[in-house]
Amino acid sequence: MNLFGQLFLEFALLSFVAFGGATALLPEMHRVVVDNHHWLDDATFTHLYAIAQAAPGPNVLVVTLIGWEVAGLAGALAATLAMCLPMSVVIYLLIDRWEGFACKRWQKAISLGVAPLAVGLIFSGATLIAQAAEFGWAAWALVAVATAMNLRMKLHPLWLIAAGAGLGLLGLV
Amino acid sequence: MTAAGTENQSRPDLRALFLGFSSVGLSGFGGVLPFARRMLVDERKWMTAEEFNTQLGFCQFLPGPNVINLSVIVGKRQRGVAGAIVAPLGLLAGPLAIVLLLALLYDRFGSLPLAQSMLRGIAAAGSGLLFAMAWRMGMAIRDKPLFLPFSLLTVTAIAWLRWPMPLVMVAGLLLSGGVAWWRLGRQ
Repeated sequence: MNLFGQLFLEFALLSFVAFGGATALLPEMHRVVVDNHHWLDDATFTHLYAIAQAAPGPNVLVVTLIGWEVAGLAGALAATLAMCLPMSVVIYLLIDRWEGFACKRWQKAISLGVAPLAVGLIFSGATLIAQAAEFGWAAWALVAVATAMNLRMKLHPLWLIAAGAGLGLLGLV
Repeated sequence: MTAAGTENQSRPDLRALFLGFSSVGLSGFGGVLPFARRMLVDERKWMTAEEFNTQLGFCQFLPGPNVINLSVIVGKRQRGVAGAIVAPLGLLAGPLAIVLLLALLYDRFGSLPLAQSMLRGIAAAGSGLLFAMAWRMGMAIRDKPLFLPFSLLTVTAIAWLRWPMPLVMVAGLLLSGGVAWWRLGRQ
């Protein structure tokens, strides 16, 4: 199979387990793209994550960047489409029947049950970025400060991103 | 859906859908959901707050990018198939162009030490934002002693053992969803 086909299939498969959105998919994308296929190395993967963080738009665009680095413009479009299209079609077909389900016990059970899994996935994504970027103590200190500030203060996240960029440029991280 | 909230307003045409969602896509950093709510409920009144919550609940129940899924629903409600295509395109077109531009810059300058150390700093701040997000979501879970162990199991399976996520999610949903099912039955 050619590269586009593989890229499309891998991301289409991922889209079906993307509970918690694209952010929760970071560890799995890393596993597929870096560990299994060796399409990207660790450093590039963290760089692409950083670029997506600094750019406006939905979180899903990290997928676009990965597709771009793997297979250029066609790769970017194939990966994005694979991530968005399958569930969009499902939603389009199901939405009118949703109200009938809304209070069913199994639906509540899935919503309740999936939440702790999403927490674990996002936590894993955070540790994975730190591992892949081989953070030293200074970078870990920045991670800790950014975590605390985001939790404690009503500061726009973009300020933390900008501070990270500045500290990085100064060679402090 | 209750039609009461939308029947009095004139329906947006495809152009309005595209532009409305473009403004949402371009205004958010690290997640655009709050901006989607403001545009849909407060500014353009394409849905009521109640409708927004119900439909977002549906999007969060299903996998996939939540905002994209939401735009498909709004698009369909307003303009059928064409709307369901145009709304997510509007959401993605602008940010996609920006991100591809950044990708070009990265390919050109990404190997420079200065660019690498800048991206490293951003990744560190971004990793902190993810930890904070996980913390906040964890704190929002009711019945923590019952459900937080599943977060721990997920971290063990994904971050440490590096098991494939589809497998972990199916097993996790059966276990964690099973506990939730049992819990709901007792209430």
